[in-house]
Amino acid sequence: MNFLSLFVLIPVLMLCGLFMTRNMKQIRWICATGSSLLLILAAVLTFMYIGERNAGNTEAMLFTASAVWYAPLNIHYSIGVDGISVAMLLLSSIIVFTGTFTSWKIETMPKEFFLWFCLLSIGVFGFFISTDLFTMFMFYEIALIPMYLLIGVWGTGKKEYAAMKLTLMLMGGSALLLVGILGIYFASGASTMNLLELAEQHIPEVMQRWIFPLTFIGFGVLGALFPFHTWSPDGHASAPTAVSMLHAGVLMKLGGYGCFRVAIFLMPEAAKELSWIFILLTGISVVYGAYSAIVQTDLKYINAYSSVSHCGLVLFAILMYNETAMTGAVMQMLSHGLMTALFFALIGMIYGRTHTRDIREMGGLMKIMPFLAVGYVIAGLASLGLPGLSGFVAEMTIFVGAFQNADVFHRVMTVIACTSIVITAVYILRVVGKLLYGAVVNEHHKQLTDAVWYERFAVIVLIIAIAGIGLAPLWVSDMIHFSVDSLWPF
Amino acid sequence: MEYTLLILLLPMLTFIGLGLFGMKLRPAVAGCIGTLSLAVTALLAYMTAGQYFLMPRVDGAYEKLLPYNFDWLHFTENLQISLGILLDPISVMMLVVISTVSLMVHIYSMGYMKGERGFQRYYAFLSLFTFSMLGLVVAPNIFQMYIFWELVGVSSYLLIGFYYTKPEAIAASKKAFIVTRFADLGFLLGILLLSFFTGTFDFEALTSGDTSVFSGAAGVTFMGASVMSWALALIFIGGAGKSAMFPLHIWLPDAMEGPTPVSALIHAATMVVAGVFLVARLFPLYIIAAPEVLVGIAYVGAFTSLYAAVVACMQTDIKRVLAFSTISQIGFMMVALGVSGMGGHEGTGYMASMFHLFTHAMFKALLFLCAGAIIHTIGSNEMSRMGGLRKYMPVTHITFLIACLAIAGIPPFSGFFSKDEILSATFSFSPVFGCFMSFVAGLTAFYMFRLYYGIFWGTPAKHEHTPHEAPKSMTIPLMILAIITVFAGFIPFGQFVSSDGQPYTIHLNLGVAIASVVIALIAIGIATYFYKSKCDIPERLLNMFPHFHRAAYHRFYIDEFYLFITKRIIFNCVSRPIAWFDRHVIDGTMNGIAYVTQRASVLIRGLQSGQVQQYAFVFLLGTLLIVLLVVLI
Repeated sequence: MNFLSLFVLIPVLMLCGLFMTRNMKQIRWICATGSSLLLILAAVLTFMYIGERNAGNTEAMLFTASAVWYAPLNIHYSIGVDGISVAMLLLSSIIVFTGTFTSWKIETMPKEFFLWFCLLSIGVFGFFISTDLFTMFMFYEIALIPMYLLIGVWGTGKKEYAAMKLTLMLMGGSALLLVGILGIYFASGASTMNLLELAEQHIPEVMQRWIFPLTFIGFGVLGALFPFHTWSPDGHASAPTAVSMLHAGVLMKLGGYGCFRVAIFLMPEAAKELSWIFILLTGISVVYGAYSAIVQTDLKYINAYSSVSHCGLVLFAILMYNETAMTGAVMQMLSHGLMTALFFALIGMIYGRTHTRDIREMGGLMKIMPFLAVGYVIAGLASLGLPGLSGFVAEMTIFVGAFQNADVFHRVMTVIACTSIVITAVYILRVVGKLLYGAVVNEHHKQLTDAVWYERFAVIVLIIAIAGIGLAPLWVSDMIHFSVDSLWPF
Repeated sequence: MEYTLLILLLPMLTFIGLGLFGMKLRPAVAGCIGTLSLAVTALLAYMTAGQYFLMPRVDGAYEKLLPYNFDWLHFTENLQISLGILLDPISVMMLVVISTVSLMVHIYSMGYMKGERGFQRYYAFLSLFTFSMLGLVVAPNIFQMYIFWELVGVSSYLLIGFYYTKPEAIAASKKAFIVTRFADLGFLLGILLLSFFTGTFDFEALTSGDTSVFSGAAGVTFMGASVMSWALALIFIGGAGKSAMFPLHIWLPDAMEGPTPVSALIHAATMVVAGVFLVARLFPLYIIAAPEVLVGIAYVGAFTSLYAAVVACMQTDIKRVLAFSTISQIGFMMVALGVSGMGGHEGTGYMASMFHLFTHAMFKALLFLCAGAIIHTIGSNEMSRMGGLRKYMPVTHITFLIACLAIAGIPPFSGFFSKDEILSATFSFSPVFGCFMSFVAGLTAFYMFRLYYGIFWGTPAKHEHTPHEAPKSMTIPLMILAIITVFAGFIPFGQFVSSDGQPYTIHLNLGVAIASVVIALIAIGIATYFYKSKCDIPERLLNMFPHFHRAAYHRFYIDEFYLFITKRIIFNCVSRPIAWFDRHVIDGTMNGIAYVTQRASVLIRGLQSGQVQQYAFVFLLGTLLIVLLVVLI
């Protein structure tokens, strides 16, 4: 058996283990061990992958395996990774790992919470290792369903409404996707679901023209594509901390990854032809999200709109249709995943103490909880693209890449997207100034305590990852670039 | 010169060390670590300078050295960011300036910041700033410069907001960051344009004087200007933001909310001249590809210098006077670059600009540190709270006077030499321009001596306790800087730095020199007459032009204009409607779809009632309808 299957097997084992647990201690033990194993596995995979590439292996997908699953329709359980999926697996494992630690002290129904959490992980990891369209879609659905329960049961505020809205909108996206996948399957005429084999087939352009929008929007809903992004603010605001982290950090990347792997990869002609519509939409996402974030007062809403802006940049870059911008898109997925997870972790920790997320009711937290406050400043600086942190390298790669398109339309859209760096600075500094600096607004907050060990641990791991990519971006960028390059019929 | 890497590494490691473990150290220990590491850095910088300028010249010019350059990030086949160290006359000169002023500020802060909460944090941020600034000046490519450009912006943000419980400090730090960030957008777009058409980020290739590097841009125009002009103008916007050129200057006076040594280091001597340095770094490219942009730079600089000088005459907060004076002096440097040509006598402006950057860094840092000593003992920035301090603070008094004489351009102080070169460069560009700048130089002398007399002469204000001289840790840096200020003018600067690298001997243009000294003396005379002892002429003059006075005091309402744009337009007319639109229109549509679905299902629900009679009735009705249809058609 291929070792990549471990990415699915470990969460499955965790799931089985959790069924048998009797107390909190066992639950924690299982989750901590399992998520650490996943993290180690992802790290090992990264090293092995880079090692293989350095040894001169130029296969598009490495560590591939395939097993027949349903022969009549040629559905296989086929797996394999390239640089893009390695980056995403690394991201997912870091976030599952830190998410476990931020939920260390969860009180209501911990066992059930972690059960759904594991199921979500199965979906996420499975999605990133699949190279078969059908398996990919199946894992995609596995990842979506637990979200409903996690928000509906463990959430806060208008949780039922948010959970329902999120699920319905994402399911709407899946419906489009399913039609798109069937369309690909029949239009290609190859009667295979394998992505690599499909890519060798030429889907007639007439068909591409309607399949491409279906798949792009289908995945785009999850990637917060304007105007299908409104599930995100409500959903994030109501979700519990670890779920927000996983959702914004990883799940939204499923959308970007899917657009990349399926929509653009299989239908390059239509992608090129129709890209202007989506460039407009994503360009709007980028600035629109940032402007909306300026006036929000709820910490999670600010971050949700910021995610709309940053994820908009991912899709925007994919559509720019050149290697540099696409490499930047994947780096932005990685970077945004890490920093938004850090944001949501910190917001959850602050909310757990102050019981409010309204920035008007807080202030001067720097004095009360310096560790969390410094963490928040670092996350903010990463978000506004400070060199040395991951956001900068990703955004610059995107901008330089996007600028290589010499026609007026692309130029104008790139310039508009670039302006987001200023607007981002405005909303980040506004929050930092209101929330952390100044005088303490609420007297009761003075008794609050700073982060405890498991919270510190999660925050530090995320900061190290962000700074690691920001300081030494070459290995990530080369890893991704190689795959973009070799996959692409430019 | 492999050890130059240490110049960057030491402050960086100090930052990391103090940032992570500073809180566990005693404040004095943290301060000593920071200062010692910077002393070593400064020594290495001096060694580099010595070794570099003693190197044999190649074809009359100093060689450009590139001791380090490693790949950092790849974009496309041509465009790659590398991080490295470039040593050439101006970067070596900047290394000396930055490390000297930074060292002085480190020592000075030991006394000034004593007992402050967050002393360790302060030193960590100072190290971060020094590291970023040093990285900026040695950058061998424009993208590295941009990286460190952003880093100095952040360290400036952190240091302005050092007193993070003070609302003014928070607002000022935010403003500084956002305004410079806005300018950086221009810089970024400029880099993108430039790199797209030239296919390189490297200064070496860009400034080689070879026109083939931007042959790709030939004939490409946009709105009547060539694309190279656009790129270079955009890059200048970035420089104008950091160097506080009108109308992007608004952040600098507010930045005075930071601790005074920080103002001396960042907002007087080093970071604010980054824009000048940027233009100087790309100077050969400006000359060949976009001379019209250079002329624009000269006009912007000239207007800024006049504007800031006029405003400086009306301010009563001593740090703000100095801030506007800084803006005005940077305007001088920009003018010098703008009017300069290439090579020999033509290139006087370039040399003069760099020379003035050097001398200005020293005497302006000195002025700020003196102001710090005064504020330290008085506890206020307002001139009305001062007066007659010369008796209590002799060292501060003498050093401040030296710096005032230098900035006013009185020989033999350093400012005279550099300013004289700038003036003669402007005169050879255009006599009208020269007269204009001479007038601004006169204003400089006037407002500086207004400040000087206001602080040290006149009737002493009432103080709760008698003012006293600052401690040794603060006066020693003052004295060292004063010595440099006195003697720096005699450095044969043109031998080291010139537009084309060839040694250039500075000739004192006697006519210009005498005229400028006379103007300065007259201005000082007027200031003496007005402000040395009580005199009602200034009062009467101000009353004659009340509107002008009020406008100048309020900096001609530029800040209010910006506030209007940001608060009323962006915040209330763009962001709020967008947020409303999102919640009510887009999300409303989604909710509307859900609502319609639900209503529709309620309507149809009646059909699935489970009553057999109803089903039978509908069935019959349906059959009847079909039969009818069939019969009729």
